[in-house]
Amino acid sequence: MPQLDLKAKLAILADAAKYDASCASSGTAKRDSRDRKGLGSTEGMGICHAYAPDGRCISLLKILLTNSCIFDCAYCINRRSSNVRRARFTVDEVVSLTIGFYRRNYVEGLFLSSGIIRSSDYTMEQLVEVARRLREEHDFRGYIHLKTIPDSAPDLLEKAGRYADRLSINIELPTESGLARLAPEKDVTSIQGSMGTLRHHILDAKDARKRYRSAPRYAPAGQSTQMIVGADGADDHAILARADGLYGGYGMRRVYYSAYSPIPDSSSALPPSRPPLLREHRLYQADWMLRFYGFSLPEIAAATPGGHLPLDMDPKAAWALANRHLFPLDVNRAPREMLLRVPGLGPKVVNRILSARRWRQLRLADVERLVASPKRVKPFLLTPDWRPGAELDSVGLGIRLVTAPAQLSLF
Amino acid sequence: MYRATLAHPADLDGFRKAARTALALKIAPDALDWAVEGDGAALDLASPLPPMPDAPAPRVPRHYVELAELAICNRAPERLPLLYSLLVRLQASPRLLEDRSDPQVDAVSELAKAVSRDRHKMRAFVRFRETDDEGGKHYIAWFEPTHHILRLNIGFFIRRFAAQRWTILTPELSAHWDGQAIHWLPGATKDDAPTEDPVEAIWKTYYASTFNPARLKVKAMQAEMPKKYWRNLPEAELIPELIAQAEARTVDMIAGGTLAEVKAQALGCKLCPLHGPATQTVFGEGPTDARLMIVGEQPGDQEDLAGRPFVGPAGQLLDQCLAEAGIDRSRAYVTNAVKHFKFQLRGRRRIHESPNAAEIQACRWWLDQERALLKPGLVLMLGASAGRALLGRAVTVGRERGRPIKLPDGAAGFLTVHPSYLLRIENAATQRAERQRFVDELRAAAALAQEAR
Repeated sequence: MPQLDLKAKLAILADAAKYDASCASSGTAKRDSRDRKGLGSTEGMGICHAYAPDGRCISLLKILLTNSCIFDCAYCINRRSSNVRRARFTVDEVVSLTIGFYRRNYVEGLFLSSGIIRSSDYTMEQLVEVARRLREEHDFRGYIHLKTIPDSAPDLLEKAGRYADRLSINIELPTESGLARLAPEKDVTSIQGSMGTLRHHILDAKDARKRYRSAPRYAPAGQSTQMIVGADGADDHAILARADGLYGGYGMRRVYYSAYSPIPDSSSALPPSRPPLLREHRLYQADWMLRFYGFSLPEIAAATPGGHLPLDMDPKAAWALANRHLFPLDVNRAPREMLLRVPGLGPKVVNRILSARRWRQLRLADVERLVASPKRVKPFLLTPDWRPGAELDSVGLGIRLVTAPAQLSLF
Repeated sequence: MYRATLAHPADLDGFRKAARTALALKIAPDALDWAVEGDGAALDLASPLPPMPDAPAPRVPRHYVELAELAICNRAPERLPLLYSLLVRLQASPRLLEDRSDPQVDAVSELAKAVSRDRHKMRAFVRFRETDDEGGKHYIAWFEPTHHILRLNIGFFIRRFAAQRWTILTPELSAHWDGQAIHWLPGATKDDAPTEDPVEAIWKTYYASTFNPARLKVKAMQAEMPKKYWRNLPEAELIPELIAQAEARTVDMIAGGTLAEVKAQALGCKLCPLHGPATQTVFGEGPTDARLMIVGEQPGDQEDLAGRPFVGPAGQLLDQCLAEAGIDRSRAYVTNAVKHFKFQLRGRRRIHESPNAAEIQACRWWLDQERALLKPGLVLMLGASAGRALLGRAVTVGRERGRPIKLPDGAAGFLTVHPSYLLRIENAATQRAERQRFVDELRAAAALAQEAR
């Protein structure tokens, strides 16, 4: 086989890695190189260095070590039976690409994953070796995200967390039967076993650091996972329930939802055509409601009958419409938990309202200055000089909250 | 009237001193004029502030200092009077900043927010180019910030790149880090920055490859990466091309499968409402290496029941004409612009109804995949609906039939009438003539299909 040059390999291995949604570089330990040694810094807040025309942020050099794989997962472009072009980076090549990009301020660091070659352990060793070389030989202090390979040995997971900021292992599909059907070589028990091991190490290291400041860190940005949406029959409620379990059970920092993309050589086991981008968006919104807005899963499920989140309005608006009897709220008296439930009010604005009303009574004009879209929130709020009247009960309200879904479609 | 003059636009120290002096002298906000050195202050009656009198330092909440640090870097000239006016009011009501609905608090917060965003974008979008000089490797960037943020942001670049030598050039000020300390230099122009870098081409390859064309969301990209930054981002010059190719590439990606797979998918198609009343999807058929692809309008009553294209009266006529033209139908791929039968019920009869533009557009999805998989030498369009589907515009068959037409993507096309048109002609002589013309055109199209290798 002719040798591919670096650019050709990069084209193949970046293309193969792009189906992983995560590109986060935030939430890790603070580091810098003010000692004039080493390279790089992390400051807590992630930085998106560029955006591709798919609207996704490019924060990390996201590549695979190789796209050859002994597994045959139906949703994955790199599966054994796919006829994509294969390539493989050497450890050195990944290290020098990362450093070269970082010095030019193109990226925050590296997100390295790989197809499985030879064995899980062999593959994981290679990934860990890249991270080790970056950290130990180049004193690299930027961000490293390693994908852990299912079924790899516990001591490799242990090592990986010493070098990486974040580790992740993908749950892939929301249902066990989906995984069994589409990814026959993977199994839920071993994936969850790895997640459990990671959680154990992360908690241990945090504990140790409370007692000894010099205790080594372990994946300070935690672990994350990804679920593919639309490749099996799971409905939105099932997906959210799965995510909820992952947040609670394994202390996930993030669960990513990836609308199944049509990928080259797509197998007939999968649904055709466009990825359900709007559905993915709604899932993220519901995910946010669960994590930051104090909603519970049964509440969301009760407001969105039929198993799916509505596509024509966001899930928070759907909940509010289903619970009209709770509104309008008095801006000057309503508790924080209730204000957070008003469509159009987020934690930031609610904090501003709470802080401003300690100062004086808020009138409509004040609210209009505080919120991003007054039109949206007005029907749900009450001020001394404003009351929504019949709007809350009218059919028109539903229509006003509906957003045109067309903008997200591709053709 | 007094005037306070700052050493440079983001001179927080100068502002602090002037504001304290003015506050101690109880100068009202509208009696104090603010200027920046070198901005060519007008000759007027304002007198410079007297030296600071001995007075205790005014107390300000910490949040004010944080706001001022950011807001003073804003390009808006009103930032200085606004900040001072807020300072004066804070003396009487120290908790004023908690009230974000106060217009002045809101205005200053907005100024600060804009600066904070610009600061963040600068951290993201500065692109260094590597050069070699007597001191070794030297990384140089040219950047055009919206606000006066280079000083505010310099700490970030020091924390990150303290072990390499770098320079950031901006129009009003430049900064050079020699590995030990920062040196402030005058503003520069784009011509002062290097134009090439050995790794930039590899970065562009990465940018293009990590983009997923199936998920085109241009607005989302522009919201986060506004166009004003594009001219200094090497990768941004790829954007128009990537967008243009995206649609075509998605079709290619899906077409990685086989016709049988695509057909299996199409059987469950619900892209338009026609799937409801129709019996089934009628997909195209023919050999996968066909040179000639024949596209009709839509399945009729019999096709709908049989699940195969061109088996009704028009199909039989097409078969005869193909045979007369010396074309083996089994060597051609035959399909329709729309894959479901559209009809109106009249009693027990289903009367054919032409598909509308939206239905044709919805079904393009499948037609494009058929074309991408077959790569025929020529696409023969039968009638106006097929013409609309493939040419993407309304066509007048009578005017455009009988000669090669380039399809929008450059492929070879050819337009003629639909055989059902021949069936509707009542005058026998006209019908004979028209039928002969149709056969001739079929023959011409088949010849072109063979040529187009």
